[in-house]
Amino acid sequence: MTGRLGYFACAAALLALLVATVAAARVDLGPLSTTVALAIAGVKAALVILYFMHVRRGPRLIWLYAAGGFLWLALLITLVWADVTTRAPNL
Amino acid sequence: MNRDAHAHQFDTAEQQDAAARLGMWTFLLTEVLLFGGILTGYAIYRAEHGDAFTAGSARLDFWLGFINTAILIASSLTMALGVHAAEHRRHRLLMFFLAATMLLGAAFLGIKAIEYAHKIHERLLPGPLFAPAAPGARRLELFFSFYFALTGMHALHMLIGIAILAVLLVMVARRPDAPSIHRRIEVTGLYWHFVDIVWIFLFPLLYLLGPAGPAR
Repeated sequence: MTGRLGYFACAAALLALLVATVAAARVDLGPLSTTVALAIAGVKAALVILYFMHVRRGPRLIWLYAAGGFLWLALLITLVWADVTTRAPNL
Repeated sequence: MNRDAHAHQFDTAEQQDAAARLGMWTFLLTEVLLFGGILTGYAIYRAEHGDAFTAGSARLDFWLGFINTAILIASSLTMALGVHAAEHRRHRLLMFFLAATMLLGAAFLGIKAIEYAHKIHERLLPGPLFAPAAPGARRLELFFSFYFALTGMHALHMLIGIAILAVLLVMVARRPDAPSIHRRIEVTGLYWHFVDIVWIFLFPLLYLLGPAGPAR
């Protein structure tokens, strides 16, 4: 799926997922709603990275870079989160 | 100059292309951590003051955020088509797509400006002017601090992207056969798509928190 047709398909998928994320937000999923919203956003980001940013047909080094970026982001959020949630209250 | 021209520190044009791409990716990784830092703060405060975030989200204009998301997706499409045109040396088509991407970016910023004007009018801009007619104002101010920091930082990136596109448009118009142009277009495309990805996460995190949000 390369070339111009692929770009149009990718944009159409992104618009469909935009509607999906709005539809999911209208349904009361309780605490799951944020997870669902982030999962859909993650799929959209993956589509942009793989097709618009050409990572799918790019060299391995770019794969490593893209994955590394999200690994560091996950480290940042996870470690800060672990600190905040394990603190004793009113310390 | 032909297409295979490259700077003297590189062995081949392909190597220079790869280096340019890797350089932009390196920059984008620092950007991931820049936005990631603010989003980490967002996660912590939202865990503590979830109600205020839901109330703040309900005061945003869902439809303007929705339309802006669609505009950005369209701008990513025109940018990708522009990169494709540059690869195939179709200069007039490339100029058309660069202009289209700029216009869509400007439309996004225009809608953003309308939103900001509404929020300032409703006295929702954090700081001395913050005085909404609502209970729990201090915690609401927290949400709007994140709203303005995240969307403001994103809008700044859009502004820079449009400026870069304007420079590229002039460069293509002046010297459409410059050997480096397709490389510059591709690297700018990476930046533009990244800014789109940032918004893809900001839209649900800011606009879609309350179950009442999209229903209005």
